[in-house]
Amino acid sequence: MAFGPHLLLATLEGLVTSAVLALMALGLSLVFGVMRVVNVAHGEFFMLGAVLAWWIASLVSGHPAIGFLAALAISPLIVGAVAFAADRLVLRRLNYEPEATIVATIGLLYIIQQLALTFYGPQARPVDAPFTYRILFPWFGYSGYKLSIIATSALLLIFTWFVLTRTRIGLVMRATQYDRETAQAFGIPVGRVYAGVFALGAMLAAIAAVLIVPITQAHYLMGLNPLLLSFIVVIIGGLGSLRGTVVAALLIGVSDGVISAFFSPTLAKIIATLAVAMVLVFRPQGLFGSAAK
Amino acid sequence: MRSSALPPRILVLHAGVVALLFALNFVLPEYHHAVLARVMLLSVFAMGYNILFGYTGLLSLGHAMFFAAGLYGAGLSVYHLGWSIPAGLAAGIACGAALSTAIGLLALRTTGVAFMIVTMMFAQVFYLLTFYFAEWTGGDDGIVLSQEIRRFFVGDFYLNLTDPTTRYLLALAIFAIVLFATLIAVRSSFGRVLVAIRENEDRARMLGYDTFANKLAAVVLSGTICATAGAAYALLFGYAGSTFAGVQYSILPLLWVLLGGAATTLGPFIGTLFMYYVIDITSSYTSAYLLIVGIALILLVLFFPKGILGTIRARWAGWLP
Repeated sequence: MAFGPHLLLATLEGLVTSAVLALMALGLSLVFGVMRVVNVAHGEFFMLGAVLAWWIASLVSGHPAIGFLAALAISPLIVGAVAFAADRLVLRRLNYEPEATIVATIGLLYIIQQLALTFYGPQARPVDAPFTYRILFPWFGYSGYKLSIIATSALLLIFTWFVLTRTRIGLVMRATQYDRETAQAFGIPVGRVYAGVFALGAMLAAIAAVLIVPITQAHYLMGLNPLLLSFIVVIIGGLGSLRGTVVAALLIGVSDGVISAFFSPTLAKIIATLAVAMVLVFRPQGLFGSAAK
Repeated sequence: MRSSALPPRILVLHAGVVALLFALNFVLPEYHHAVLARVMLLSVFAMGYNILFGYTGLLSLGHAMFFAAGLYGAGLSVYHLGWSIPAGLAAGIACGAALSTAIGLLALRTTGVAFMIVTMMFAQVFYLLTFYFAEWTGGDDGIVLSQEIRRFFVGDFYLNLTDPTTRYLLALAIFAIVLFATLIAVRSSFGRVLVAIRENEDRARMLGYDTFANKLAAVVLSGTICATAGAAYALLFGYAGSTFAGVQYSILPLLWVLLGGAATTLGPFIGTLFMYYVIDITSSYTSAYLLIVGIALILLVLFFPKGILGTIRARWAGWLP
């Protein structure tokens, strides 16, 4: 294949990564923005979403699309419930202190990972894509499902943006983020907002996982890489900034796709991780964020 | 502030622990003897972590890179360059000191959550580098130092690192040196400044202390101690692999220190010993030892944030260092 089509293919793959990454990073960013909690277990919510998707799809017979849609509807709900319980049982009791919550979410990471290994096993299992239509470019055929991931993710991002900026729920969330105590004084149930945001963040990760699982297969260790990538995206985009998160997800996803296509993937990861650590050291507000208040 | 001489009971307690460990060398059954040698080295790692986390209040999620710097610094120079074992140990410690200085200069520009993420990312880069240079490091399989290399003379003195008793006593020697070094360090004026920074950095700065320089010194001291543990681990047990650079080995010292009691001199050892046996015993029933680690972390931060020695100090023995 010539260089041009090869680049197009790498870019498309990168866009698929970006689409999934943007959803997942948005969840991480919301949780950090509103609750000031760094959720190290976010990758495990992603993994749990994928594993549950396989389980749900395996219970449903008939056309693959039915199983997939059932997984897309139910898996995020279960993951959201797990996250809700984790917030009520653990994080709230820690008063959301940054260090204690990090340690606790590390604990949560190990618990979810080990339970997945025990009950799901070490195998990687796929979920059938809901449809197998291929779009034919002049140089290669490309999975229509992958393109639909990009579209779905874009719709979900627009929907989230709408909820955050144009509805009462979003207003309440932003008020809590801006000043927790004043929000409480105005009668906003801050505790419930926190639990809801934590659940919502986890659900976004689970949705991302269900979307990607027909391509990558569900595996109990699949959470770590997306977690690091989401950290990277959230940091580059500026913590708590929706637009920055999307732009950074595009940047990271596409460059990851292109670099991995032409260079060693390990080297690509090393360079990306190092670059982000340097961004955090020298420009803590992110490339697109504004300076801290 | 003047650094006071060690009160007798503190000296007796620490010397007593070392003496007890020395006596155990002669009575312990083979299996527990080997475990304790390992635990002593790993608790040196935890003591290094404790300097930064317990005393200075900086939570690093990347200390595996310092342990691994010592591990590879020693292992690779002996394996590939044919250096002697003592030179390898020195190389490992030097690598740790150099890496921690560089990381400290960069990471200390950030605070709080950013510091945790930055240290985690640097450690991840280190971990990936061990794979990128798999030709030399052996990646996941690692490198094994042969038995011949680990039998050598220092002057006229023959040392056989494959012999369990030699291994135990050397581990104990390193443990004792680091234990007393940390004890002296945390009771010195430098140690008091670190605690002042932990409690209120702005106030420490207002009082005229150069908080950046002190924090950097804490990172370097901490990283060098961790590298010492790593270098000794590679040489005594003859193996260096990338598992030790993984994120899990950044979390474990945190767990050990939390369990034993942050900002206590003996806490890291108690935490390491306790956790090692918890995992050891549970793994004979189930392979799900990570579950135990996870549950232990959550229960600790929820109900027992001061750890074992921290609680004892708060309730009964305020004099514990």
